[in-house]
Amino acid sequence: MNYEISIVTTMAISVMFALSLNLITGFCGQISLGHAAFLGVGAYTSALLSGAGFSFLVTLPFAMLSAATLGVIVGFTSLRVREDFLAITTMGVGFLFVGVIRQQDILGGELGLSSFPDHGFGNLGFMILALMCSSLMVILCLYIKHSWMGRVFQGIAEDEDTMRVLGIDAARYKLVAFALGTALAGLAGSFYAHHLRFIGPDSFGFVESVTVLSMVVFGGIGSVPGVIFSAAILSALPAWFQFIGDYKLLVYGGLLFVMIRFFPGGMASLVSQLYAYITKRRRDT
Amino acid sequence: MNNRVPLLQVQHVTVRFGGLTALNDVSFEVFGGELLGLIGPNGAGKTTILRAITGVVKPITGNVVLDGNSLNGLAIHQRIRFGLALSQQLVRPFRELSLIDNVALAAGAIKTEKPWRALMHRDSEVERASARILLEKVGIADLADEMPSTQPLGVLKRLEMVRALALNPRLLLLDEPLAGLNSHEARALAETIQYINSQGVTVVLIEHNLGEVMRVCSRLIVLDNGAKIAQGEPATVMSNQLVRAAYLGSSVDELEAVHA
Repeated sequence: MNYEISIVTTMAISVMFALSLNLITGFCGQISLGHAAFLGVGAYTSALLSGAGFSFLVTLPFAMLSAATLGVIVGFTSLRVREDFLAITTMGVGFLFVGVIRQQDILGGELGLSSFPDHGFGNLGFMILALMCSSLMVILCLYIKHSWMGRVFQGIAEDEDTMRVLGIDAARYKLVAFALGTALAGLAGSFYAHHLRFIGPDSFGFVESVTVLSMVVFGGIGSVPGVIFSAAILSALPAWFQFIGDYKLLVYGGLLFVMIRFFPGGMASLVSQLYAYITKRRRDT
Repeated sequence: MNNRVPLLQVQHVTVRFGGLTALNDVSFEVFGGELLGLIGPNGAGKTTILRAITGVVKPITGNVVLDGNSLNGLAIHQRIRFGLALSQQLVRPFRELSLIDNVALAAGAIKTEKPWRALMHRDSEVERASARILLEKVGIADLADEMPSTQPLGVLKRLEMVRALALNPRLLLLDEPLAGLNSHEARALAETIQYINSQGVTVVLIEHNLGEVMRVCSRLIVLDNGAKIAQGEPATVMSNQLVRAAYLGSSVDELEAVHA
């Protein structure tokens, strides 16, 4: 039973992490190849505060705040560079984060952090808490998507220059997207740290950033149900198939390439195409 | 009309791209309620002056003043919120939104001014209703729920213009709205522009279609090589020798055809 609880918890955390990137990349069109850094900021903040005697729930807002602070700083670069240059810049931020972590003794350096106190909810309680948090995040994402903010994000994703001509303060909206998305990544990071009970520099490297991006792309960039589905499935795969865990970058990097090359709309658009095809067949017969 | 206070003043604007002087000390005024035609041969600096007004390019000297407020140093979106609207030369509809939603997005300007306000609002019925009225004004209301990718250029040109109009501007800047349309469509759209102007929107129209410009504009400004060479009543401007030489080159026949 513990094994299943652990897998469901992993899935819930991945859904949170993928939805947080989906807010930035899917909703607002700002690509990030260093999103694992924000998961890391949240994880380290939560682990350190737990070590200092704070309870798990108290660490959550601080983890979100610290991740969002870095997120806004990175967001400022998105005001200067776009698209492929933004991808390279965020990738650089990811490497920088790992590089800094390795050198800090207070963060455990190469060895990482492992001896911070338990969250105290028990495995089942922690799983339920993770599921509740990811559900709240789903509701928040759906709310944003159908609000005027979501409409503006979508416009910026498609044609930022035209949005400016329509009087939209695109810079401010992009910063909001980065702040929200990275805060939610920080939240996911807190759960990640307390779930695995060990975090180190390698937990938040380039491979993790590619993995989460492939989850978003596989599900369908911007589609909330698609991203939930793909994050849940793709995060459970390494537990089911050993080789996927061994060749993570190859599998997820390859998946990312195949999806972008052949199915840019992801599973979400495949499903809607299939649905349209079936209803058309049914109408014809 | 010229005795009124100008709505827009362009004062001594000079724009350089590297070593090229795109605009050289250009000044003109736009008066409230008028339909001003801005014409000139290719490369004269017409689009550049619109870009200097909207803030896409920064002049090295000069001022742009809207209704007494200097626009210098303001970002594009801030100038738009001061009461400008631009219909771009190349149509840029949002491909994932239907025609009516394209217009409604612009009509929601009050809700989208600040991100937190945009987050607090979900309902778009009011904006869609005003978008529908605007679409009716330009005659494409029956296509409201179509996607832009399925529509011909004539419809998209109207969409581009009506989306700018949804911002409820005091000054509407139109960059070649008739380009690419056949003579029948161009005539219809020029009449629509005239109609919009008659509803109280001040319009600056950049256009190559001289026939329609002569027909609908109340006043013309002529640019050539980045400098203003003439302004005034359409007929007077068109008989100006400088304009004939610059704008029409040797083909004076074309001018005669326009007059005919």
